[in-house]
Parts: sequence; structure tokens; C-alpha cells
Amino acid sequence: MNASATASASARSAAAVGVSVEGLSKDFNGFPVLREISLTVNPGEIFVLMGPSGSGKSVLLKHVVGLEQPSAGRVLVDGHDASDPATRGRVRMALVFQAGALFNSMTVYDNLALYPREHRLGTEAAIRDKVMRSLQMLSLENAAGKVPAELSGGMRKRVAIARALVMEPQLMLYDEPTSELDPVMSATISEVIATLREQYHVTSIVVSHDRDLALGIADRVGILMGGRLVSLGPPADLRAPADPRVADFLNPVIDLRNPRFRQLAG
Amino acid sequence: MAAETSQPSEEIESILTSAPKQVVRPLVRVLEGIGSCLRLLVEAARHVPTLPRQFGRFIEQCYLIGYTTLPIVGILSFFIGSVLALQSGYAATNIGPKQFIGLLVGLSMARELGPVMAAVLLAGRVGSAIAAELASMKVYQEVDALETMNIPPARMLVLPRLAAVLAMMPVLTIMSDLVGWFGGAIVAKYTHFISIEPASYFATMRQYMDFGDVLNGLVKAEVFGFGVVLVCCNIGLNTRGGPREIGASVTRAVVTSLILILVLDYFVTKALM
Ligand SMILES: Nc1ncnc2c1ncn2[C@@H]1O[C@H](COP(=O)(O)OP(=O)(O)O)[C@@H](O)[C@H]1O
Ligand SMILES: [Mg+2]
Repeated sequence: MNASATASASARSAAAVGVSVEGLSKDFNGFPVLREISLTVNPGEIFVLMGPSGSGKSVLLKHVVGLEQPSAGRVLVDGHDASDPATRGRVRMALVFQAGALFNSMTVYDNLALYPREHRLGTEAAIRDKVMRSLQMLSLENAAGKVPAELSGGMRKRVAIARALVMEPQLMLYDEPTSELDPVMSATISEVIATLREQYHVTSIVVSHDRDLALGIADRVGILMGGRLVSLGPPADLRAPADPRVADFLNPVIDLRNPRFRQLAG
Repeated sequence: MAAETSQPSEEIESILTSAPKQVVRPLVRVLEGIGSCLRLLVEAARHVPTLPRQFGRFIEQCYLIGYTTLPIVGILSFFIGSVLALQSGYAATNIGPKQFIGLLVGLSMARELGPVMAAVLLAGRVGSAIAAELASMKVYQEVDALETMNIPPARMLVLPRLAAVLAMMPVLTIMSDLVGWFGGAIVAKYTHFISIEPASYFATMRQYMDFGDVLNGLVKAEVFGFGVVLVCCNIGLNTRGGPREIGASVTRAVVTSLILILVLDYFVTKALM
């Protein structure tokens, strides 16, 4: 990245933002998905959220960007209520959706260029620069002209990340960014997340099952189980978790003599 | 959005609990639909100043509406005009003044069948496509992605389509009127029990019709077309669930559009009289 680009990007995202989740509960049709979750993510922090599938991680992220309304409690982003649509105008937030959520009718290039074009952030040439730089970071230069249907799952995920990078967000939310990627690409993503923090002081919340990512770049790790936050602390805690459920989740033992599906069946 | 739409229904339902459920539920759903369409309209209207820089999208939508709808409007209107001439000619064999067939076809096409045919075909070709596209964008979270990017879907997805339909409905309707009139003229000349020369067919039209009749039809067409696109956008954007719901939304969009056209037809016709 060249110096002027770095300067302009850091000028836009000068103030890092914090997130505070206060007693957040959510039910869908009376079925509780999140139960009284409270946590704060500090400005510039990398917060990793882990937990079994179905524990409500994606739903929690959607509350932070205001796509879901809390049943109780609230989420504040930089002090503004996340459920207020005006908050998206005040704080630049980007969510990398679990399934990518790419615009299927547009090329990869247009997917990335949409945000700066719609918000009129520079000339077409400046936008092109920004888009190509973002594609390069994720080794996607050759995919620029393709449409999402022509991409593999892992490529789509990377395009989704690249599209979020173009937004130069103050707050980045990643929903399982490395789940469909090979180990090298996963490591690259971890490096990208850490670099954004180092260079632009971006606050990140990363939902992931990737222990290497958590141990490598997280400042703190929260573990969500059954809609409750059951553990919150530095990544070093993951090596020797106190809670037996957490221990089993992080280091599942494959026991062929007493398989889990039989235990569940009773 | 989800939370907003579910609340009024519960309120209204509790007010109307004395009435039987089978009556209340559809009624509530109709009111809810009208409410959410109006909300979408207000939301889109707030972004009208952005229309000049969405000129590309506007042209693209105009092209889609024209390209998909013009040919079929032409074919159908030709036969509608022909049948009108045939039926009125058949009726006139007993009563007499055959030259009024021109007027009958002319007025029916301009004031009623031109705008209605254009709107019905718009619903079938364009409305269904809009509902399918927006429903799929909703189901695959593209609409959510737009919202997180602070790009209002009403601005990018709805406004250019509403503007385009207003621009294209007069074109479709005039096309329908003209082709219908000529279809009637041809039938009137070559059907043995009618055989009126086109000159006298068009002479009665010119004598007893004026541009006001055509304008009346154009106003109706604008109202129908705008309503169809608004309803189809709204149904598409309110799709919830998976791929199966995309199909359900398309069906609902087309059926609702057809009902809307006929209901509006009565009220607009009355208002313009
Ligand atoms: N829109 C919705 N309507 C109803 N239930 C939902 C909805 N979104 C998520 N859920 C439910 O919430 C729970 C948590 O989902 P999610 O947050 O996607 O899990 P994960 O932790 O794997 O990301 C699941 O049981 C899911 O079925
Ligand atoms: Mg998830």
C-alpha cells in the first residue's frame, strides 16, 4: 500500500469505535436464541467469538449492525443505539456475511465498487485503485470480471472480505471468515485482520471456529453456548479452560466406543 | 422490519377479535400490505433527488420494461381490437349502423382495454421478474448487505423501477391503442358481414373521439403501472425464508397486481368521469 492511500484511509477511520452489548436477549417466535448477553469490545480490539453452531453467534453480529432488533437490552456502537438506522450513517461498519451475501447480478469488481460509487467517494479512477488494492490483498485480481456464480465457496468468502475492506470501516464484523478456506488462506485472513488493526485501528469482532486465528490475533475470546456467554477472557485461557463444556467444545475427544450421537440418543 | 410489520397486525387483530378469524386475517393482511406499500413509497420518494445520478439504472429498467412487454402488448392488442370489431359487427348486423364499429373499438381501446392490457401484461412479464429478483436478493441476504452498507434498498432497487414504469406506461398504452385500432380496422374491412372501409372506420373515430379519451387511458395506465411495480417491489422485499418463498412471492405479486388493476380500474374510471 502506498503512503497517500494509507494517509487517506487512516484519516477516514481516525476514531476507532467500541461496541457495548448490554443485557441483550433475543427470541424468535418465543424461542430464546440470545439470553442476557453483556460484553464490551474496546476501540481497536480484536474480539473473537466462538461457540457451537446454532448458539446464536450470527444473530449477535446482526444485532451489532442493526439487522435484528433486540427483544430486550441493547447494543451500543460508539455510544449510538445499533437498532437506530441512523447509526449506520454515523459509524462505518462492515459485516462479512457467513454466506458472503455477494450481489449475484454484479461482477466481483462491481460488488466492491458499489459502496464507494453509491457514497460518491472519489472518481472512478480512485475507486478502481481502491478496489484493485483490496482484491490484491486477497489474491483475487483475476476474479475481478467474474460473477459470484463462477466462484468457489472460498473465493466468494474472500470477495466478501475484500468488499468489506473497500468500505474502510471503523468496525469490522466477520462471520466465520476462514470456514471455507485452506490453511494458508486462513492464515492470510488472520494477517489481514491484524494488519487492519495495526495500521488503521479498526475494531474487529470475528466469529470463528479457527483456534489458530483465535490464539494468533485475538485480544480476547468470548464463548457463546446456548445463547449465553459462558466464557470471556484472553486467548491463553483457551489452552486450559475451566468450564468442562468449553473444554469439550475446544478439544473434542473422538471416542469410538462411546460416540456422542449414541449418548444423545440415550 | 420484521418486528415493525408483526406488531400492527396483532393490535388490529385484538381489536377485531369479535369477528370470525377467516374474515379478519385476510382483511388484516390487505391492510398490512397497503401500509407497507405506502411506507415503501414514502421511503422511495425521499430519495427522488438521487434520480439524476441513477440515470443508468433508470434506462436499464426502461429497456427491460419495453423489451419484455412491448411485443406481447402488440400481439394481444391486435387480437383484442379484432375481436371487438368482430363482436360489435355481429351485434350491428341486427341493429344497423355499422360505421359506429370504428368508434366502439376506438373508445374501448383508448379508455379501457389499452391501459388494462398494458398493465396486465406488465404484471405478468415485469412484475413477476421484479418480485423474483428482489425476493432472491432478500433471501440471499443481498438486501441485508445493502442495508449494512447504508445504501437504502428503496433508493437503489425501487426508485429507478418506479420512475421507469412511469416513463414506459404511456409508450405501452399508445402502442396498444394503435395496434388495437388497426386490428379492428382490418377485421372490419375483410369480414364479409361487416366490410367497412378503413376510411369510414377511422372517420367515425376522428369525429366522435378526441385526445381527451386517449389521455384518460394514459392516466389510468400510469396509475396501474405504478401500483403494479410498487406492489411487486414490496412483496419481493418482504420475502422471508428460503428459495421456496421466492416462488410463492412471485405468485403472490402477480395475483395481487391483477386484483389491484381491476380494483383501481373501477375507482380511477369513476374519478375521471
Ligand atoms: N430469522 C430467524 N428466525 C428464526 N430463527 C432464527 C433466525 N435466525 C436465527 N435463528 C435461530 O437462532 C439460532 C442461532 O442461529 P445462528 O446465530 O445463525 O447460529 P450460529 O451460532 O451458528 O451462527 C438457531 O437456532 C437459528 O435457528
Ligand atoms: Mg452462524
